[in-house]
Amino acid sequence: MRSISYLLIGILFGITMFKSEAASWFRIYEMFKFDAFHMYGIIGTAVVLGVIIVAVIKRFNVKSFYGDPIEFTPKDKIIPRYLIGGFIFGLGWALAGACPGPMFTLAGAGYLPVLIVILGAVIGTWLYGLMRHKLPH
Amino acid sequence: MDWISQPWPWYVSGAAIAFVMLLLLLVGKFFGMSANLRTFCAIGGAGKTIEFFRFDWKAQQWNLLVALGAIIGGFIAAHYLTADPAVAINPDTVAELKTLGFESAGTEYLPDELYGPGVWSDPKALILLLLGGLFVGFGARYAGGCTSGHAISGLSNLQWPSLLAVIGFFAGGMVMIYFLFPLIFG
Repeated sequence: MRSISYLLIGILFGITMFKSEAASWFRIYEMFKFDAFHMYGIIGTAVVLGVIIVAVIKRFNVKSFYGDPIEFTPKDKIIPRYLIGGFIFGLGWALAGACPGPMFTLAGAGYLPVLIVILGAVIGTWLYGLMRHKLPH
Repeated sequence: MDWISQPWPWYVSGAAIAFVMLLLLLVGKFFGMSANLRTFCAIGGAGKTIEFFRFDWKAQQWNLLVALGAIIGGFIAAHYLTADPAVAINPDTVAELKTLGFESAGTEYLPDELYGPGVWSDPKALILLLLGGLFVGFGARYAGGCTSGHAISGLSNLQWPSLLAVIGFFAGGMVMIYFLFPLIFG
């Protein structure tokens, strides 16, 4: 039952990524060129609603459907990893035109060359794990 | 029912993403897609040699199911909910992309030059796709999250590290498009 719920949430997410055009390489290019409001509107709406959702959950101690408290794991309060890692991520996001969620969506939509991007992303993740202790965080 | 086959407006799309995050929180999980890439490495046995991949990946199966759902959702959206996949980007952007050699700008969902059937025999395109993915995977783990984990989940929780990561995302994206694209595609 829980497995079905994860799958259904994923399906809603996949449909949203495709129909919002957030999975389109062209939209990502246009966003980084500041040529349209579309992507900013999407992220802005999601964040404004997200802030409200998280605030309400914390304020009223909302429990999960299964009765557990909803916890938010704080990120480490350090700086370099977010800026450097984020920068490298941004290079790839602009080049491939897809971040991790849309990669899966595009594979399902039938754009098979995205499998090369996913392969690259897995290799990149592995390389990070390999050299993690040598990198500034 | 014509609206269903049209692209969703930004406010519907943004609300749907927030709803996805809410649902994941309500089932006791969180919204973060790049964590699945780490799980793939763990399943592939990377934990044998690298401690970073030594964790109980079975506890991450829920997120793999979300990713599987995203694949199915992409199939449903592309095949049943879309009449014309062309993305109506800004005409100025279309003109600019054509000067970079992207002839499919304005008429396709993804550029033929990178995602069309011809790329399998185009070594340059394949290398670019692999590199793009590599930067995404490496950068996401280095930064501790991607667009879903930082830009949506992290900012929603008002975490300043996530704001730094998002600033990094945009700095990297702009360097790629303003400085590197003319060298790569020009």
